[in-house]
Amino acid sequence: MTVAVRSMALAVVPARHRVAPRRRIAERLAVGLLALATLAAVALLVIILSYVVARGLPAIDLAFFTQRPRPFGEVGGGVQPAIVGTVALAAISGAIAIPIGIAAAIFVVEYRTGRYAAPVRFAAELIAGLPSIVIGVFVWALLVRGLIGSFAGLAGAVALAVIMVPIVARTVEEVLRLVPMSLREAALALGAPKWKVILRVVLPTARAGVVTAAVLALARSAGETAPLLLTALGNEFFSLDLLRPIDALPLRIYRYAISPYDDWHTKAWGASLVLVVVIGLIAALLRVVARQRVR
Amino acid sequence: MVTEMAETVQRARGDEEPAAPDAPRRDPATEGTALPSRGIAVGVEGLSAFYGPHQAIADIDLTFAKSTVSAIIGPSGCGKSTLLRCLNRMHETTPGAHATGRVAIGGVDAYAAHTDPVEIRSMVGMVFQKPNPFPMMSVYENVAAGPRLRGWRMSRGQMDELVERNLRRAALWDEVKDKLGRSGAALSGGQQQRLCIARALATDPAVLLMDEPASALDPIATYRIEELVRELSREVAIIIVTHNMQQASRVSEQTAFMLAAEDGVGRLIEFGRTDQIFTTPKDERTEAYITGRFG
Repeated sequence: MTVAVRSMALAVVPARHRVAPRRRIAERLAVGLLALATLAAVALLVIILSYVVARGLPAIDLAFFTQRPRPFGEVGGGVQPAIVGTVALAAISGAIAIPIGIAAAIFVVEYRTGRYAAPVRFAAELIAGLPSIVIGVFVWALLVRGLIGSFAGLAGAVALAVIMVPIVARTVEEVLRLVPMSLREAALALGAPKWKVILRVVLPTARAGVVTAAVLALARSAGETAPLLLTALGNEFFSLDLLRPIDALPLRIYRYAISPYDDWHTKAWGASLVLVVVIGLIAALLRVVARQRVR
Repeated sequence: MVTEMAETVQRARGDEEPAAPDAPRRDPATEGTALPSRGIAVGVEGLSAFYGPHQAIADIDLTFAKSTVSAIIGPSGCGKSTLLRCLNRMHETTPGAHATGRVAIGGVDAYAAHTDPVEIRSMVGMVFQKPNPFPMMSVYENVAAGPRLRGWRMSRGQMDELVERNLRRAALWDEVKDKLGRSGAALSGGQQQRLCIARALATDPAVLLMDEPASALDPIATYRIEELVRELSREVAIIIVTHNMQQASRVSEQTAFMLAAEDGVGRLIEFGRTDQIFTTPKDERTEAYITGRFG
């Protein structure tokens, strides 16, 4: 269609007004390079995903989801405690971090005339820049050695929450800035107090973006390993006691991947596949929820 | 002047008996007589407004009559929108902006120390230059937004009735009655602006402020808005800011002409009956403006 239009235009345009050949070549080259870069990015994703699927699929059977890990030397068993543990950690850390992150973003965007907004944003940036192992060490010192006194699922959830808060805060901040001022004005002019304007107009307008922020943070934290090594520790047995060690998929992948057994290597791939699928499912689910809007 | 103001406040207070929601505000006894005897909807005295250190308007004194369309005209940058936004304390929602002086609305001095801006905005409806329906709300929810944001307790039936009544007042009901569940953003520009008018009317304001409500619309949509303005002025005092002098002469009974002096500060030059302003202006600057010699 565009090609046809272009050639028709060329037919009537005198030669001196045509696009210079050099410029056309430069344009083709630039578009070609962009396409190549896009292809590389997509190809990388496809390669990683297909490799994980190819290596992980043999490990997947019903037992993989329903049984706990077997001891050394025994073949079989599954990663059920790790799946349950990852879901539990995500739920608890999300419940802690998402409200805090959203609240911080609201504070920074909606109350930006206040003099605390800039320091808050700076602090969020600093936390986002901290290596996750450092957060793990900090939570280990504070909770594992201190308040709780043992490796504990709760400590893992707190460590993950610390990682999630700045991600949620920064992403939600960007999204809130996209909400037009005219909508805030309309709501204020209707006689709504500011907090209601934020809760009933600004946040609903930004809902899709807020959900994306939550998904982003959950996905990031679900894959974190280093802080969990020092907090949740891992557990071969099924446990939902938050004050005891709890297993998680990244921990299980790590344990199995560094082991010398072929069966465990396969299980590490299987666990990787499950982790990718779990994150994908969380994202898909939240997107469906976010899409329930007025047509 | 101050005692006059107190009287204005007193009279306005006396006139503002809580009426039945849709009772016409017209007083049969004074209909058809000269403007001032209809009573004062908004009294302004010594009003100055600032954006940070920059003064936008200075020492504005005027009174807007009830059941009347009042136009504010003047060249760009004369502060007419600022004046309008001061009347319902929307001016101060711009970061760094503030205003001094007195504005009497519904028996309340809007700028008294103890006055809650939310209370003032509750008595005043506002329609903006660019139609700004809430995009995540349906047509129905847009009209219901004011009552809901204010926390009015209403049954589903009462709300249905309120939405229909106000869509009728905004001359929009016949066009949208079959698509009340559709997004407000899916309507045409003119329909969106009438939806915004319905939304502003839904909380039954005593005064309706319109900031160039037709400047983003085509001539037919503009005509419909103007017709609506004249129609509505029987129930509610309308103050309309417009660039368009023909529009001011078509819709309004009172006109205020503003002009920014060399220092960039907008002042009220002349205020009076629209026919007088447009035929026999007292000030030569008004005459120069309306005859198109500048602006």
